[in-house]
Amino acid sequence: MTAAHVLSFAFGYAQLVLALAACLAAWRALRGPRAQDRVLGLDTLYVTAMLLFVVTGMRMGTPFFFEAAMVIGVLGFVTTLALAKFLIRGEVIE
Amino acid sequence: MTNFDTLSLWVAVPVGGLLVLGSTLTLLGTLGLVRLGSFYDRLHAPTLGTSWGAAGILLASMGMFSALDGRAALHELVIGIFLLITTPVTLMLLGRAALHRDRAEKVPGVPPARVPPGSGSDG
Repeated sequence: MTAAHVLSFAFGYAQLVLALAACLAAWRALRGPRAQDRVLGLDTLYVTAMLLFVVTGMRMGTPFFFEAAMVIGVLGFVTTLALAKFLIRGEVIE
Repeated sequence: MTNFDTLSLWVAVPVGGLLVLGSTLTLLGTLGLVRLGSFYDRLHAPTLGTSWGAAGILLASMGMFSALDGRAALHELVIGIFLLITTPVTLMLLGRAALHRDRAEKVPGVPPARVPPGSGSDG
């Protein structure tokens, strides 16, 4: 029972559970029933994918996945904001 | 695989525990997103993942890279603070969009717009 055993179990569990969470969020984004449900599912999918990237970067031991996770976070924020604005106004840029 | 055996158990067990906690909370949040009945209930569910789910995983990442490199690796704080700021903004705007759409379609059970005197804006 070394540190590598503990960490590899935790990495495997976290990756599996986060992938399942991403599948559930994608189910909500595909299923609807209304447009705001799809946007909410897409936002959750972005956050889950970002966390999955962080865990994968930890498992590989490289800091490079961190930048990708940050870009995904910023893109998810802007996407959700633009879509919510579109749902309110009917157009993004006025 | 990197040299994870150079870490001591005193680092590995908290890091693994935080990873398990964070990923489980994220899964619970998306489970609520699938199971809950109305949109206004579902709006609350994913915040479980963006608050302690993300915090657990980012704290684990900070702890592990700090112990591996022998110096404080604090750059995960950027993602944490960013999520902390942006999640209320997005969910508030999404809730307002849903309320606006429900009012426009006259969905029953939605509270009417309260218009204070002097301003004609909605919501």
